[in-house]
Amino acid sequence: MELFRSHILVCGGTGCTSSGSTQLLERFEKLLEQNKLTKEIKLVHTGCFGLCEAGPVVIVYPEGAFYSRVALEDVDEIVSEHLVKGRIVSRLLYHGSVSEDNTVKALDDIDFYQKQKRVALRNCGVIDPENIDEYIAFDGYKALCKALTEMTPENVIDTIKKSGLRGRGGGGFPTGLKWEFSAKQPRGPEYQKYVCCNADEGDPGAFMDRSVLEGDPHAVLEAMAIAGYAIGASQGYIYVRAEYPIAVRRLEIAIRQAREYGLLGEHIFGTDFSFDIGVRLGAGAFVCGEETALMNSIQGHRGEPWPRPPFPAVRGLFGKPTVLNNVETYANVCQIILNGADWFAAMGTEKSKGTKVFALGGKINNTGLVEVPMGTTLREIIYDIGGGIPGGKAFKAVQTGGPSGGCLPTHMLDTPVDYDNLIAAGSMMGSGGMIVMDEDNCMVDIARFFLDFTVDESCGKCTPCRIGTRRMLEILNRICDGKGEDGDLERLENLASNIKATALCGLGQTAPNPVLSTIKQFRNEYEAHIYEKRCPAGICKKLLSYLIDPAKCKGCTLCARVCPTGAISGKVKEAHLIDQKKCIKCGACMEKCKFGAISKK
Amino acid sequence: MNNITLTIDGVKVSVPAGTTVLEAAKGAGIRIPTMCYIKDLNEIGACRLCVVDTGARALQAACVLPAAEGMNVKTNTPAVRDARKMNLELLLSNHDKKCLSCVRSTNCELQSLCREYGVDDENRYAGSMTETHIDDLSPSIVRNNAKCILCRRCTAVCQKVQNVGVIGPVKRGFHTQISCAWGDPLSDTACINCGQCIAVCPTGALTEKDDTDKVFAALADPKKHVVVQPAPAVRAALGEEFGIPMGTSVTGKMATALRRLGFDKVYDTNFAADLTILEEANELVDRVKSGGVLPMITSCSPGWIKFCEHAYPEFLPNLSSCKSPHEMEGAVIKSYYAEKYGIDPKDIVVVSVMPCTAKKFEADRPELGHNGLADVDIVITTRELARMIKLAGIDFANLPEGDFDDMLGESTGAAVIFGVSGGVMEAALRTAYEVITGKKLEKLDFLDVRGMKGVKEATYDLDGLELKVAVASSTGAASKLLDAVKSGEKSYTFIEVMGCPGGCINGGGQPLVSPTEREKNNPLVLRAKAIYDEDAAKPVRKSHESLAVQKLYDEYFEKPNSHKAHEILHTHYTARPKYK
Repeated sequence: MELFRSHILVCGGTGCTSSGSTQLLERFEKLLEQNKLTKEIKLVHTGCFGLCEAGPVVIVYPEGAFYSRVALEDVDEIVSEHLVKGRIVSRLLYHGSVSEDNTVKALDDIDFYQKQKRVALRNCGVIDPENIDEYIAFDGYKALCKALTEMTPENVIDTIKKSGLRGRGGGGFPTGLKWEFSAKQPRGPEYQKYVCCNADEGDPGAFMDRSVLEGDPHAVLEAMAIAGYAIGASQGYIYVRAEYPIAVRRLEIAIRQAREYGLLGEHIFGTDFSFDIGVRLGAGAFVCGEETALMNSIQGHRGEPWPRPPFPAVRGLFGKPTVLNNVETYANVCQIILNGADWFAAMGTEKSKGTKVFALGGKINNTGLVEVPMGTTLREIIYDIGGGIPGGKAFKAVQTGGPSGGCLPTHMLDTPVDYDNLIAAGSMMGSGGMIVMDEDNCMVDIARFFLDFTVDESCGKCTPCRIGTRRMLEILNRICDGKGEDGDLERLENLASNIKATALCGLGQTAPNPVLSTIKQFRNEYEAHIYEKRCPAGICKKLLSYLIDPAKCKGCTLCARVCPTGAISGKVKEAHLIDQKKCIKCGACMEKCKFGAISKK
Repeated sequence: MNNITLTIDGVKVSVPAGTTVLEAAKGAGIRIPTMCYIKDLNEIGACRLCVVDTGARALQAACVLPAAEGMNVKTNTPAVRDARKMNLELLLSNHDKKCLSCVRSTNCELQSLCREYGVDDENRYAGSMTETHIDDLSPSIVRNNAKCILCRRCTAVCQKVQNVGVIGPVKRGFHTQISCAWGDPLSDTACINCGQCIAVCPTGALTEKDDTDKVFAALADPKKHVVVQPAPAVRAALGEEFGIPMGTSVTGKMATALRRLGFDKVYDTNFAADLTILEEANELVDRVKSGGVLPMITSCSPGWIKFCEHAYPEFLPNLSSCKSPHEMEGAVIKSYYAEKYGIDPKDIVVVSVMPCTAKKFEADRPELGHNGLADVDIVITTRELARMIKLAGIDFANLPEGDFDDMLGESTGAAVIFGVSGGVMEAALRTAYEVITGKKLEKLDFLDVRGMKGVKEATYDLDGLELKVAVASSTGAASKLLDAVKSGEKSYTFIEVMGCPGGCINGGGQPLVSPTEREKNNPLVLRAKAIYDEDAAKPVRKSHESLAVQKLYDEYFEKPNSHKAHEILHTHYTARPKYK
């Protein structure tokens, strides 16, 4: 085996790729060659490190120097200073990675990582996802070997059941139980069954599954093979959205490599078990994350759900018993098989075991991907890991569960996060989106944003979702436009409860949640919009007025000159006035005023 | 199979495993409202009007919910009623509510459910409407998506029953609508104009192209000689539009009504049905004897013909070259009849009353005419005739029995059974037997080819000549049959295909019967019975014994398949692409 004195890890997640990490990689390659360092220093293109805020990220080992926001020209300095001369480039270090004594902190000691526990993400940012040998070096395919050679299918299912693993796609159904239902269907070569992986991640701002697929694709393949062994299936499908090109490419590479190594295909590990996996691309319809719609789509039909029961475990893909799990669920499976059910069950809360990955976004300092043990409080995630809210603004709410979830206000910050607590709090786990809102967010507008998403993504099959959610959105639009009427809140609540009670699938049944939870927690904001025609956060444009304080206005005329609609009048050195009829509320005047004379209400 | 016991509204019900809650409730005398549901055909749980309370987190759609042991279902709680009502209100909020001008008013499933649930005019959930347009470019079918409630019954019947599949849902969410591929008009697709979509549409979103104005205009024009001919199946269903029980044949009243509407001659397509048998049976005998293309396939059903042209063009040589009966009747009226009575055929307007919307398209076919004149000028459906009778103030139910005009209105029992699947086959067999064997046929009822099965098969021994026949009704059933013929799995001498399931009695132009009503009164059975009863009551039951037809040959065509007969009574077909 080759030995290297240094390893350069360049993040190849989508976030860092977007901010130019591929160019950094190419530059490193070129410079290492120029300096004849290729035999001494290994360059690794990894999956996501999680701290997307600091991207593009480069980590150099053995020192563990965490370089953040690395620009192309910085690469030369890292090579010439750090790699050639052994001097860490301090100015590029991520501020949180430098201790008080100016030494470089170990990755796990950085605030962002300290409270995290990486199980699903354990290989992300650690190995080269396009190299199966690296995966194998980190215990890869050991779990499959153990399952096939030391365990019966019943043992496997028992282990998963005992671990307490619940579906990470949002519903939280016990994974072992799901496998058991499918396993109980007649087994044998004449009975076709399927194992599917839901990688149609679509919640706005969520990218947990993408990161796993990009950073550790073999973990998903291995887990699917284990599920196939457990239930008696020989074929798997990964349904992944086409908007995840890096994930798709790495999956295809991984599948090819696994086949070459005989880890997929006929007689795996010399046993009677054969299993293969195909990739199916989704066109980006959110509803295709719903299990029956996903299967319809794999079958080549319109992506819309079919009624359950019967559940897919009994009648699923092509009418055959099918196990469908989410990417993150699979990412836990191999570790459970290797380390045992008790190891996994030791993490988390009574009814929610293990860890959960969240995509932190919105008004938060450390935007990125975090994995924490179940039971970590919202406060720990937002403040200790996420670094709190930028600009010293006040926290207002955190939205979990994506378009199906709800908003949790300040007094719920100490809620330990698990499936049941979030539902009790009026939200849900969802797939792991976590969007933080501060005092500048209008909660009516937030509800409208999420509902607008589901209205757009409704498949149109059932009446309540197709028409009902649209009507709710129309009412919210009216309220935000200052045309809300007495009775609108009741209309929203009536529509919401009907849609929840009668919609065909989970998308429709949960679509009203963001509205219901904001009405519950922030009813006063709705009422201010409806009855006082006022948006307290100053977001809803039609409810805003920009006003000039005559006492502060010096009559410099700057505002009148930048106003695109000529709404501001006034003589030089005299107080100016905004004509509200002409004002389009663009805010240009306020931005330009040097005397703080313009405010919005 | 195991039985399951559950409780519905306090009533204990025992049903076989696999039964839905909806069906179980029916057994207990509990009606749960449905809209998108058609038993065994469209069980998709989309409209959410059949929701019931099972104690689960959400209400469940009874139409797709398998009954489970010990289940306790409530179908009539305030919450359930409110939910159904709100879903109706939501449907209405995106529905063109011009009931006054809607042809389906008083016969609309949405309207009657709204009434049942006390939906008022308050329009609580008024909002924007899905952008739609009317497609009326087809000669047969008008689609108005502003009235569509997306139950997808039309899609199911088009795809699953007819194997045509030219309509389906496009776009998503609130913008979803039923459309042809690429938003093309129906007339640019492989639509066969069968109108089965209309027959299942709960609202006025799918209707026949109304041609009654054209008929009224012709009747009011003193220069026009207007001749009418109703198809065999019309008499078996027309009465339903006037409150006469399903399965009652109204031939006599229909003749009287047509006369009172002011038609100059009231003839009968049945005459031409007998004529068709003579042409077709002799064509068959000729193909069998001279080694022509076999199996020969009937050509009476215009839906089937267009389907064959699009989907099975390789079978076009197998199609009988006979025009369909009403086209033959029209051709005879504009040739023989016009010559005999000295009327300029240009002044004759032939109106066909058909159980069929595809006949409207057929009448427009350029090849179905003579000397630049179409054989048939206007086709109206049974429903349109009923509307004309109502508008004319004719008290249909109390009309005296009348009769058709001489000769071209005379027919045998073999003609009337054209209206039901297997009828053309049976009529042809009655004649072919006697033509081939020269013996008198004693047993006239060919029971093997009767009944409502999609595909029926029989083998007959005609004095040593083995005749293997098959009968298919619905183009879906025809596809299966033809695939089997194509693969060599099956071989036949003669095949009858009717485009609609059950034949013309269940045509797309017939009085509408909702899927729920069909479960109680099956028009396929009842209307067929009316037809077979009429056949049994006829003094002459073999086409070749029709004196009127014999007279026509004597005076005009000489003999079946003569040169003149070919010129006037036969046609040809064109392969058409599946996609434009």
